[in-house]
This record gives sequence, structure tokens and C-alpha cells, in this order.
Amino acid sequence: MAEVARVHGLGMVTLRGDPAELADAAGLPAPEMRMSARADGEALLWMSPDELLLVCDDAPARAAALVDALSGRFATVADVSDARAVFDVTGPDAAGTLAKLMPVDFGALAPEEVRRTRMAQVAAACWREGEGYRVVCFRSVADYADALLRQAAAAPAPPVPGA
Amino acid sequence: MSMRLGDGGRLIRRERPIGFRFDGRYVRAYEGDTLASALLAGGHLLQGRSFKYHRPRGPVAAGPEEPNALMGVGEGARFTPNVRATTEPARDGVPVRSQNAWPSLDADVGIVNDWAARFLPAGFYYKTFIHPRPLWKHLFEPVIRRAAGLGAAPTDGDADRYEQCYAFCDTLVVGGGVAGLLAAREAADRGERVILCEQWGHWGGRAPVDGGTIDGRDPGDWVKDAVEALDGAENVTLLPRTQGAGVYDHGYVLLHERLEGDGPRERLWRVRAERVVVAAGAVERPLAFAGNDRPGVMLASAVRDYVVNWGVAPGDRTVVVTNNDDAYRTALTLLDAGLQVPAVLDARPKADGALVAAVEARGVPVHRGRGVARVLGRDRVRGVAVCMQAGEGAVLQEIACDAVAMSGGWSPAVHLWSHCGGKLLWDEDRAMFVPDPDRPPTGADGEGFVSCVGAAAGALTLREILGDRAEAAAEGPIVPVWMMPQGAGPKLRAKAFLDYQNDVKVSDVRLAAQEGFESVEHAKRYTTLGMATDQGKLSNINGLATLAGALDAPIPAVGTTTFRPPWTPVTFGALAGEARGETFQPLRKTPLHGWHEANGAHWEPVGQWRRPYCYLRDGESVEQAVHREVRAARTSLGLLDASTLGKIVVSGPDAGRFLDLLYTNMMSTLKPGRCRYGLMCDENGFLMDDGVVARLSDDAFLCHTTTGGADRIHAWMEDWLQCEWWDLKVHALNLTEQFAQIAVVGPKAREVLEALGGMDVSREALPFMAWAEGTLGGIPARVFRISFSGELSYEVAVPANRGRELWDALREAGAAHDATPYGTEALHVLRAEKGFIMIGDETDGTVIPQDLGLDWAISKKKDDFLGKRGQQRTHLADPDRWKLVGLLTPDGSVLPDGAYVLGEGINENGQRRVQGRVTSTYHSPTLGRGIAMALLHRGPDRMGETIRLGALRGEDHVAEVVSPVFYDPEGEKLHG
Repeated sequence: MAEVARVHGLGMVTLRGDPAELADAAGLPAPEMRMSARADGEALLWMSPDELLLVCDDAPARAAALVDALSGRFATVADVSDARAVFDVTGPDAAGTLAKLMPVDFGALAPEEVRRTRMAQVAAACWREGEGYRVVCFRSVADYADALLRQAAAAPAPPVPGA
Repeated sequence: MSMRLGDGGRLIRRERPIGFRFDGRYVRAYEGDTLASALLAGGHLLQGRSFKYHRPRGPVAAGPEEPNALMGVGEGARFTPNVRATTEPARDGVPVRSQNAWPSLDADVGIVNDWAARFLPAGFYYKTFIHPRPLWKHLFEPVIRRAAGLGAAPTDGDADRYEQCYAFCDTLVVGGGVAGLLAAREAADRGERVILCEQWGHWGGRAPVDGGTIDGRDPGDWVKDAVEALDGAENVTLLPRTQGAGVYDHGYVLLHERLEGDGPRERLWRVRAERVVVAAGAVERPLAFAGNDRPGVMLASAVRDYVVNWGVAPGDRTVVVTNNDDAYRTALTLLDAGLQVPAVLDARPKADGALVAAVEARGVPVHRGRGVARVLGRDRVRGVAVCMQAGEGAVLQEIACDAVAMSGGWSPAVHLWSHCGGKLLWDEDRAMFVPDPDRPPTGADGEGFVSCVGAAAGALTLREILGDRAEAAAEGPIVPVWMMPQGAGPKLRAKAFLDYQNDVKVSDVRLAAQEGFESVEHAKRYTTLGMATDQGKLSNINGLATLAGALDAPIPAVGTTTFRPPWTPVTFGALAGEARGETFQPLRKTPLHGWHEANGAHWEPVGQWRRPYCYLRDGESVEQAVHREVRAARTSLGLLDASTLGKIVVSGPDAGRFLDLLYTNMMSTLKPGRCRYGLMCDENGFLMDDGVVARLSDDAFLCHTTTGGADRIHAWMEDWLQCEWWDLKVHALNLTEQFAQIAVVGPKAREVLEALGGMDVSREALPFMAWAEGTLGGIPARVFRISFSGELSYEVAVPANRGRELWDALREAGAAHDATPYGTEALHVLRAEKGFIMIGDETDGTVIPQDLGLDWAISKKKDDFLGKRGQQRTHLADPDRWKLVGLLTPDGSVLPDGAYVLGEGINENGQRRVQGRVTSTYHSPTLGRGIAMALLHRGPDRMGETIRLGALRGEDHVAEVVSPVFYDPEGEKLHG
């Protein structure tokens, strides 16, 4: 069994630049490659060697503050909260449900790991969130992603040892 | 007669009777039966007709190698053709029908092909191409087309769902026989993540049928315990009913699982394995003797499978014919089941192994050095004519029987080893190709990632696999037999089948060799040996050995054909996975999609987006709707959902320098708060994208791209930044989906924005090609004073989640001005009236900006930009190019899209010369007439000239060459 729930209102700010400087400005530890650093209900996710994603509450305010904090640096800050659709997949078969759609080794996914990958035919990212997984994709394909996840969750899940 | 035995059958549950219809006739079966075992049990030996000659056929095998017993299973939306009856479980009430027979399996008229067989030899099909010529088109092609293909394609959409699953492991073991179970156990004990798949629903491979002992126990009991132990291990995933279909680069393996119960019908596993262990067993080879395809002639192993696994006897009296000791197991099995074995014909002059002795001890005559001259009986076996194997086939005696169990030895199932490049060795003594452990398929590190164990590695007996832990009868040596008798003449060779599915006989392969098709790959294509759904599992080795014999070449010198995935056919449903119905393809939706949908949107696919082409009102045609929308934008107020336009932020200290390199015009001189239209070319100088660039700040720009260009141009930017100009300090962020963007267009555009309030959008504060940031109607917004319509126009970008709010506010505030949402077609008409080009209409990858009169957007000052050098090449700098003009027909009619402008005379290919083509053509509601844009040879020099355009049918069209700007050439409205 797996439950699929749409998550609304999650703030996301894309940060480009030197990861140490970006993390410093955000007031969070810098995440390792492919990992995330979490503190005070926020998370800083490694996206690429010069890109981090801040997951937070009030993205516009947080983004504005970061622009100030990084002024004079070679860094770019953008609120991307509205560009995303977010889903939480929970339940004992959450990993088996996602394994049908994402080429991700859920059995080896570290607690703080972030996978930029794809879900069937669209770009997606996922990480562990609570007892389940959080999946993020572009907002334009939210309906497609929703249908994929619900369809996958409705059918029996394959075993995913270690997930 | 084949029949069900009184007892036995380890895979069937006699307490669970089921039934199904086969060609309308009711067949009783038990749970656990395959279709083939159930049909045999019911006396239905005839289970198919061969592809070419329509010869009557029964099952020759009892597993996935079966070439003959192919059936259509299910009906309607659950019909599947070409299902192997030997592996398909019998299901209660699921109808089954035979294939390739008309009007019925028993009375098939296609059998005339068999009578004409001597006129339809190998290569017949190719020879029909050559002569006599008219016969191909009128006789051969229609006949061959009708005969082509095996089962019938389903007519209904598939009612079932299929899914895929990604999995990762250290060791993937393919094959759940004894060797596979051992390999999985070893890997599991090392603490590895293990996946073990088995194509059958039961475990143990051949061991429970073939006897012997493991650790002093019955192999079946040993298997049961081994599986239970693995099932209990957390690091092991057991996948029964799952075939290892293909091995690909870097340890990527496809597995195909048949699911039981509710939910999807099949699952395609896409596995990344560090190591792959192939424990796929071996496939027994038929013997090539005349009539070896008669129903009732089966592989010796299949005969004992039917007896032991399903309690079915292929016949009362079974003659065993062999060149090895293993087939004697079949004789023993039959005797144990109380059935008769009138004789064993052993092609070897000497045969004295333990199994031979055991059979002789049971009173069965063993005729050494003998073979089958031919099989007696037409629709089924009635006996065999015995001859000397060493001779030409003179008949020594006839033995009455109703089944023949044949064995030509075993071929390791090396397919998965070979898929990704594993090489083979010819084992002369044992007459088989085995994997060469020194030349495995290699991974990224250059190390082998596939290994073979058990029969797949040539270890055909339990003792070879388990050593002293196993007891099994010692076997004497095999003697290869590729033709029985060895001196068989043309008549016998023409009835000795190598490939049952494609009706390829020994005579065909010899003919191919004689006609010069000496390479095994050529001989395969010429004869069709090894093609179709079974991919030559039975015929491959026999065929190439026959070819080697005909060429007087050693077998390893001839080699095998290439083994390609899949092992057995994988359904299209499994390959498509979730990609059907509502999840066939992602559909991208703008924040306003729901409103469009609810308000009459007539959709147009634009890449993966759906955009409204127009909005239909009651009783309106598409054309009427478009015209209404155009008129509204020209006379009052139009609203366009422009959210799909690409929005890429380019920022950093070198952003201006970077954009100067990407765009043909100068972007670094743009002032913050201003916009500039820009063109992007590829390195060759061809125009690839256009859009308005807004300077956000000293070190940041917002680049608008076409809808289709958003992802492509962002990738293009990253490509240059990461691979070529990595010294530039620039970030490129694709923010396309962060914003909803609405174009507010028409004479009332300013009024409606002012009504929303919050920003000064006056002509003075926000002149043409300026932009400002603020709050509009309480929503944070960027307002761009730009126009793609030629009207007073603003494009307003707001956070996507507030797009709908803005849209509603604009419609409400604009209600007094008949605010009219318009679609992509009105957008096209509006821009064409103004002579604005559209990427993809006026461009096609061969057009440069200069062709479109956009010289003004090409900087003369810049040292370099992408495309500059290309545009200087002779052909692109040539004045003799097709260039943009407008066209007007004298009668105001609309020219056909894509019509060619006719030139004089005929070119060297005998085609009418052309001198241009129509790129955009519409009815302009504003002007009340047809307008067109075209690329015309030296077009701008030919204003006022009358030209002719070709029509697909009927009269040529005539048009006058005019300026492409049809509306408001002074731009008064635009700047309004």
C-alpha cells in the first residue's frame, strides 16, 4: 500500500554560485554531493556543483534576503516555488511504487540523499521525507505525475529490499 | 495417441480440474498444465501448421524453445497471438485458437504449399524479385504479403495494464535450476544484494525430472529447501515466472515477469546488476532425419518432461533415437510410467554407458549404429523405418510406434552470455559451443560482468555442477550427428527439418551454400534459418553444422549467428509499460489550462504543451472564432496566455558579454528597464530562435524564447557555458514555469491595466520596449511593454500560482471592452498582418536572418557572435537567395500553405524549376482578404511583380509581390 498526496505551498529557492558561499548565506551547512543538509525545518539540497536548492517556507522573503546577503558575489538567486509540483508518497510500498517510475536505487538511498532523476517521461527529483518519499517535478506536468503515481500506487508493488 | 497417465505429474493438481476451448472444442485440463500438456492429454497432438508449407505440427519441445505449437490465446481485448503452448499456463475458460491454418487445423488448404515444396526452396522469395518482372507485382507480392506473418494481430485495444520496475543488485542470477540456486546462495552468503529469476513458475530446472541425488536426497526435495532458504533471506529477491530477456551494456538487464492475480498483467524489470550469472541451462537439439517434424516426434527431454511434470504420455509406444546417453533417461522414464519402448536407435556404433545398460536390462532392444531413414505416417507418427546411420538410408526394418523421442545432444543456452559480446568456444568432444570464460562481455572497467554456470557453461550433469555432492549415472561420449543417415540423398534431405518454425530443411542450407551464401549470417537471411519468434533455439547449431558440412569447413570456422535479445519474445505491452492512456505522454499544462478547457478551447499541440488554437463559442466554426478573436485584439482588447514562452534568466558579471556572443545583435548596451528583440543563430549562421530580452539589472537579463525553444535554448546556453566559454561568469536559469504570462493586447490594453491599478503603465512611464516591476491588482508583476501583434500591448508576468487570479482580474476589468481571450491562430494572423516572422514558419533550419530582412538585428560592431562566420560563407552571403516578401492574390483568396513559386523550365532532374515558397498564409480579418509571406528569389528587388504558384491540383495561383508588412506599416498602433 502506498498513499499519494499533493503538497502545496512548499517554498523553493534556486541558488547558483559557490556552494560554500551559498550555504553560508542561507545559514545552513553545505550539503555533500548528491546530499542535503537540514536544519530548523529548512533543507539545502545539492543540485549540481554550482547549484543548491533551498526548501523553505516563505520563499519570496527568503529569496529577497539571500539576494542581499549575496550581493557583490557571483551568485544568482531565484524563487522557483511556483515552477514545481510536489508529492509525498508514503506507506509500506512507497519505494516499490516509485521504483516503477524512477531509475533510483531506493534500497541504497541514504536518509539525506537527493536524487535528480526522471519519473517515467519527465524530469523529477526525490528524497526521503519522514517515513516516505517526497517527489518534485515541474508544475506543467503535475497532472501527468499525479496520474502516474496514483496508477503505480494502485497496483501491487514489487519488492525493494532495503528501502 | 497422446493421453493423460493414470497418475504422476508433479506440476499439476489433479484435484483442481479446469477447462478451455481449443478451436471451439472443449479441452479438460488441470491447474498447473501448460496449453501443450493439456492438449496432449486430450489427444490433440496436432497443434499448429508450419509457416511456409503448412505441414501439420505437434509440439516438439516442452519449454520456451518450442517452434511449432504457437497459438492465439484469449479473445477480444485480451487476445495475444504467437503464444508458445509449451510455456503458457492453461487457464480456466480462456479460449485458445490455432494459427496459420484455414479453414481449420485438420483440413488446412495451405498444405498445397507442401506439395509444391520443391518449387519453394530457400531463397524462393528473393528470386521472385528478379524475374519474370511483372509476376512480382501481380502475383508474388500479393500472395507473399497475404502469407506473411504468423499469428493475427489483436483487433481490440489491450484491456490489461503493464508496468515496469527499476531494480539494482550486486548479483543477478538468471535461471533457478540447481546451478542458479547455488550461485544465488553463494552470493547471498557473501552479503550481496541478489536477484534470482526463473522463467518457469517452478524451481529446479531439469534436475527433478532427470533424476540422480544431491547430498543423498531427491533433487526435488533439495530444490525445495534451497528455495525456501533463499526466500527467507532479506538480501535476496526471488522472481519466478520471469525470463531474463536481454543483457546490455554496463550490467543493464531486462527481465520480463508474468504477474498473477489482479493488477498489471506483466512487469518489465530494468535491472542494473554489478554481476550477471547466467544459469539458463541448455537446449536439446533435434536430429535431422526425414519426417522429423511429424506430430509425435519430440525431443527426448520433452517426452520425459511431459510424463514427469504433467502426467502426459506423448504415445503408447515410443522409439528413442539418439547419439548420446542422456536420451536413455527418456526410455527409463517411459518404462517406469508403464509405457512401451519398442527400441532405442543409437547412431553410435558403440554405446555402453550405465544408462544404456539400464535400458537394455529392462528388455528394450538397443540398435547401435542405426538411425531413422524416415518417419512413417502422414499426420502423425505411425512408425519409423530403420537404417544404418553410416549408409544412405536403405531400410532395414520398420518399427511401429506412435511417438519418437529424439536427441541430438545439448546446446548450452549461451544467449544472455552472448548478447553483450561474450565469445564462445567449440567443444569438439562434446559437440557444443560453450562460453569462453576468457572472453566475457566486459563492463566500463574492462572486466567481465557476465559468467555462466551449470548447463549454460557446459556442465550438463549434476556431478559437473556439484562434484561429490551429487550422484548421477556416468554418461558415455556423444557422437555428433548432423544428418541421419549420414549419406542421406536429396529426397531424404528435403524432408529433414532443421528449423521447424521457418520450414528450413537440410536441403535448403545445402542449396544456400551451393549458391554462394557461405557466411552463416548470409545463409541465415537466405534460408530464414533461425528467424521468427523462436530465433532458432533448436535449429541454430544443427543449421550451422550442416552449412559447415556443405562447405567442408570446421564448425568453429563457420561460427554462430549473432544472439540478440530477447531470449523469448517480450510483449509490446511490457515495453510500453505505463505509457498508455492518460499517461501515454506527459501533457504540459499552463496555469490557465483549466480555464481554457472550461471555456471552449480548441486545442493545438505545441511540443508537449496544449495551447488553445482558438476558443469556440456556441455555433461558431473554428474560422469564425479566429476571426472574432483577431478583430477583438485589433479593435478593443485581446488576452493571450503566453505562459509557455521560454523565460531564461542570464546573470553574472559576464552576462552581457555572453549574450553578445549568443545573439546576433548587441545586448550588452541595453539599459536596465528596457527590452530588445534578439535573434539567435547556430554556428552555421542559421536562425534558430528569437525573442525579447529584458535587462533586469546591471548583471542580469531575462531572455524570452519561443515556446519550443525554452528547454533547447537553455541547454544551448549551458552547453556553451560548460564546454566552451567556461571562463565566463554567467548563470543561466530556466524560469519558464515559475511565471504565468498574459499578453494584454489592443487599443484598450492600457485602460484595463490602469483599472487593475498599482503600476504606472502610461506611455511616458512605460514606453514601447520598456518594462517595469511592481504590483498589478495586488499581484507582484513584471510588465513588459512589448508587442507581437502590432497593437498597443503589454505582457504581464506573475508567479504561476497567481496566474489564474490575474487572468480573472483582467477579464473582469476588461469586460466593458469585450475582453476576448485569443488562441495561437489569432496570434499567428496578428503577427502575419504585421509581417513579423515566426520561428518554424519563416525558418526551417536553412534560413538566415538576412533572408528575412532582419539585417538590422545583426550587429556590425561586434567582433564575433554565433553564426557570424557562417553567414560570411559564399552561399549565405550570395544575393541570389530566397528572401522574405509579402504576397497578395488579385482576388483576395488565400494561397495554399507551402505552395512553390514556379520558375522557368525544367531542372536537371526533370522537375519544374521553383524560385520560392509560401511560408505563412492566412485570411486577414483586419484587411478582409488573404495575405501570405513567402521566401522568393531576390524577393525584395521584385516588388510589384506578378508571380505564379503551383497548385497540387487545378489551375496555378497568381500573386503580386508586396511588402510583408500588411498592417500599420508606420507602427502608429504599435507605439500607441
